[in-house]
Amino acid sequence: MSIFYLILQNMWFFAIPLLVVALGGMFSERSGIVNIALEGIMLFGAFWGCMFLYWTSAGTGSGAMSGQLQLIIALLIAGGSGAVYSLLHAYASIDMNADQTISGTALNLFSTAFVIFFARLFTSNHVQQIKIPSTSFHIEAVPLLSKIPFIGPLLFENTYITTYIGIIILVIAWFVLYKTRFGLRLVACGEFPQAADAAGISVRKMRYFGVTISGFLAGMGGLIFIIPTSVELNGTVAGYGFLALAVLIFGQWKPLRIFYSALFFGFMKTMASVYMVIPFLAGLGMPSQFYKMIPYIATIIVLAISSKNSHAPAAEGIPFDSGKR
Amino acid sequence: MKKQSFLKSKGALSFYSSLLAICAGLIFGLIILFFVGISQGSIGDVLPAFWTIISTGLSSLKGFGNVLYFAVPLCFTGLAVAFAFKTGLFNIGASGQFLLGSFTAIYIGVHYAETFGSATWIIALLLAGVAGGLWALLPGILQAYRNVNVVVTTIMMNYIGLYLVLFLIKKTTYLQLKNAALPIPVEGRIPYFGINNLFPGSKVQGAVLIAIIAVIIIHIILNKTNLGFELKACGHNADAAKYAGINHHRSIVLSMVISGILAGLAGAVVYQSQTMPIFSVVETIPSYGFDGIAVALLGQSSAIGTALASLFFALLKVGGEGMQLYSFSKEIIDIISSSIVYFSALSILFRNVINYFINKKTKDTVKVVGGKN
Repeated sequence: MSIFYLILQNMWFFAIPLLVVALGGMFSERSGIVNIALEGIMLFGAFWGCMFLYWTSAGTGSGAMSGQLQLIIALLIAGGSGAVYSLLHAYASIDMNADQTISGTALNLFSTAFVIFFARLFTSNHVQQIKIPSTSFHIEAVPLLSKIPFIGPLLFENTYITTYIGIIILVIAWFVLYKTRFGLRLVACGEFPQAADAAGISVRKMRYFGVTISGFLAGMGGLIFIIPTSVELNGTVAGYGFLALAVLIFGQWKPLRIFYSALFFGFMKTMASVYMVIPFLAGLGMPSQFYKMIPYIATIIVLAISSKNSHAPAAEGIPFDSGKR
Repeated sequence: MKKQSFLKSKGALSFYSSLLAICAGLIFGLIILFFVGISQGSIGDVLPAFWTIISTGLSSLKGFGNVLYFAVPLCFTGLAVAFAFKTGLFNIGASGQFLLGSFTAIYIGVHYAETFGSATWIIALLLAGVAGGLWALLPGILQAYRNVNVVVTTIMMNYIGLYLVLFLIKKTTYLQLKNAALPIPVEGRIPYFGINNLFPGSKVQGAVLIAIIAVIIIHIILNKTNLGFELKACGHNADAAKYAGINHHRSIVLSMVISGILAGLAGAVVYQSQTMPIFSVVETIPSYGFDGIAVALLGQSSAIGTALASLFFALLKVGGEGMQLYSFSKEIIDIISSSIVYFSALSILFRNVINYFINKKTKDTVKVVGGKN
């Protein structure tokens, strides 16, 4: 039974960053801008978040911060820097009519170089790894709530505050997209921007909002990914931005479906990392590489089945031209 | 008059906008160096370091030989990305196809050197191309027949390819001592063809010739054959191509496979080198495929342009090796090259600037709208 809970608890660590980043991608793509830069933005956000943690934890004396408040500030910094970074993508693809895939790729390439270069510059021993004092962020058990049978161990034991932030973001994203004027206008800009324009909505402004929100969530998602799964940031977020893109497509650009598909992918990732402790799977004696392949193979299979009747935003990837019919 | 029309031709325009992107990227790199120089108190190093980046590869025959050495794999992955791009496909999976090519070349070189004798290297090279092509086949088919975006599938194929190749290397050609693949014996390495005598002391390889041949072949396919025309037509406007009777599905699959073959060849030429680089068993996706994207974009997806761009990025790479002399880490090179990619994405901005200057006399600024080619 403890293995069962261990798998589910670990699933959150992998699923929540995918959820947050994919929701970010949703806002961008629903406004009509393809955001393949999620990976790079995640890394950029994670970098500034980790640098904040690194600097504020460096002096372990009385002035040093620690605990959940420090983590929340770091998450906001990660999100903020991601949002600023995503403006580059927004400028290229909205104002300059650039090919959105190229601009996104440029952001991906740039952030890898940037993060390694500046990590070497900022860390005390000039290495590209940024150590994180992650021990103080882990929550053994939430008082009271963890005593609830089944739900307690599932949600409130061996966890991080990031899990709850992810769930809150999901609720907000759902509400914003479906229940607010802003969300409906955003969707209009991604489906039929000329109609939105004729109705007096500034397509340019809405798309800037869409990309910036995606930058904020992706940047935050970068740190949310690093905190529970790693002790350092080593110049990469391990392709999570790309996986989030797959989650977004599998989730058909809809918040709740994105949540389910993030759980699915999180589960796959978890199996790849904990198969050793499951007696049945360990007994099969398959090489570890095969388990690591599974999430990616599953992605391809799932997309092959679901993509034929895909509901991608109609104007996605097409620069806005108000005169076009 | 003829000269002026050349200056206004489409190719020249692309060339200028690439040049402007390069300049913008270099200036951006210089600014970063200045900031770092100020914060480190090594401001005096900035200009010499910057000069090193640009000049190392051009100041001697040895330096230029090294530029050629680094340019060859970049040229192949660049061609791979550029070729798919002409059909409107974005092959981010060149790295995965590269890995499959590398493994095939190593496997044939290690295990069949005695069987094939002096023909080993050419068989290994060709089969590496086949392996790369096969690895790109599935994303091509899924894009063509199941409408699965090739960007996502090729990324997934990168990871699957990585773990598959690590597994296969451990199973078949593993050198436990170094946690690496076995080195390829001399029969499996590409001969020098005498090129090393032209650039004494450098790492230059015979693969330079193979790269030149590949550039010519791809140039001919794209510009002089029906196949190339069909592929480009699909890239420009898939619906129009379909209407004109071009088999759209077939074009997508074919384009991906040819792209994969080129990436697979890149994987082979890196390891079939007389310098005997080591294939380490580490879980990182090689950067060649991503560098290829930068090369193809700067080269504006033409075969010749890609070759020139690969020389330029190799020049930066050789310059970066000289960075140890100064207090800057060599990742500054990657910052410069990725910012060049971003600036080439802003090509419309640059094209408008160029048009403005060319047409200044007539005060007739032509706005270039849309188009990634």
